[in-house]
Amino acid sequence: MAEKGTYRVKSGLAEMLKGGVIMDVTTADQARIAEAAGAVAVMALERVPADIRAQGGVARMADPTKVKEILGAVSIPVMAKVRIGHFAEAQVLQELGVDYIDESEVLTPADPAYHVNKWDFTVPFVCGARNLGEACRRLAEGAAMIRTKGEPGTGNVIEAVRHMRLMNEQIRAVLAAPAEELMTMAKELGAPYQMLLAIRDSGRLPVVNFAAGGIATPADAAMMMQLGCDGIFVGSGVFKSTDPENRASAIVRATTHYDDPKIIAEVSSGLGEAMSGIVIEEIPEHELMQTRGT
Amino acid sequence: MRVGVLGLQGAVREHAASLSRLDIESCVVKRPEELDGVDGLILPGGESTTMSLLADGDFLGRLRAKAETGYPMFGTCAGMILLAREVDGRPSEAIGAIDIAVERNASGRQVDSFEATLDVEGIGDLFRAIFIRAPYIVRSGPDVTPMAWYDGSAVMARERNVLVCSFHPELTDDVRIHRYFVDMIEEGSQGRRLEG
Repeated sequence: MAEKGTYRVKSGLAEMLKGGVIMDVTTADQARIAEAAGAVAVMALERVPADIRAQGGVARMADPTKVKEILGAVSIPVMAKVRIGHFAEAQVLQELGVDYIDESEVLTPADPAYHVNKWDFTVPFVCGARNLGEACRRLAEGAAMIRTKGEPGTGNVIEAVRHMRLMNEQIRAVLAAPAEELMTMAKELGAPYQMLLAIRDSGRLPVVNFAAGGIATPADAAMMMQLGCDGIFVGSGVFKSTDPENRASAIVRATTHYDDPKIIAEVSSGLGEAMSGIVIEEIPEHELMQTRGT
Repeated sequence: MRVGVLGLQGAVREHAASLSRLDIESCVVKRPEELDGVDGLILPGGESTTMSLLADGDFLGRLRAKAETGYPMFGTCAGMILLAREVDGRPSEAIGAIDIAVERNASGRQVDSFEATLDVEGIGDLFRAIFIRAPYIVRSGPDVTPMAWYDGSAVMARERNVLVCSFHPELTDDVRIHRYFVDMIEEGSQGRRLEG
């Protein structure tokens, strides 16, 4: 008997995406460009984070018509975003047949306190995290893949680096701690105790962890991979640059050959302008996306 | 013995872990010249379009030439697509080392991905097989031996030195299929020694 939607099937798809780049797209044409450049998946959304940031207003799940167009345009997996806590948007995306749902701080949160109970779904979820506590809470809610939050739409990698380094540091501490310290650690991290046990069993975060939020160049991607990320999300970085086709394939190659500076140098040459970035300190605190849904 | 895992993208470390459970040394192969140091190659699951773009013409040509000399290769899911001679009704531009036609994403989108229990001819029964947006074998040539079936389609097959399956043995603790591939490598090297 076939069993669908098991956790192994959900986290297994994320395992298959490792070493790859997932690109934000807003149209079927952009999805085809991303696929031709070697993206392992695309993320369908109404506006890229840089535009959401610039234009303001409530950002919601993409129009189903658009999601269907993108599903029909490419053969690689299609992901789509829902607002934090918006289980009805998630039900719609599952019905449309998207391959992964991103419960994302890039969109305007729909619930002030709670995330979606992701165990209710057959389709797998990815969620953002700034630290190990957030990651473990999302996993305990049923997420099958984690990504750093970074600071979306900024073209500034510093927050993704901060989140990845912190997560690594906290995982090292969990692995090194004597057993009697774990419960207090769980309390301090705000992480379910069972999740810390799972980390000790596997010697690492038990699911795939991608970098997201501010990656704009091949060298950004290579840096995040060298910090131990399993793959890369590029949001505004591709289609807000002057030469999306070449930048997309350069980031794909840089992600595969992240430890080969010769290749990074080669693919970084002559790419035109990267997206213009934003310094984090210049963003008013209430406009930060990473502090949504913790 | 050293077994390579094609490391352009995908479930690379899971295959390495399966091999290490068998006490077999493995290494990641990202460049064509790295093929020389390994006795056989596993092509992992991942996205076949991405992998074939990342392996430029030179790399694919090298793999094709290797396969013709009897070099053992084992492809799972996307790896099977890279090794198949025909993909979605068109001749493959990738490696094409096994005379099968495959249909990509034949099991459907992710919401239709599933686990099922399979018997594999020549290896054993009751494998827990994980199918993720899986390709199926829709035609196989006269020299190909189908080894497992699901829902009327072949999902595992071998032709001489090339082994393929639609599902992901590397996502489970069951290493019987990896053991079978390691045996293929051993038989192959003995065969080549005898001929030499």
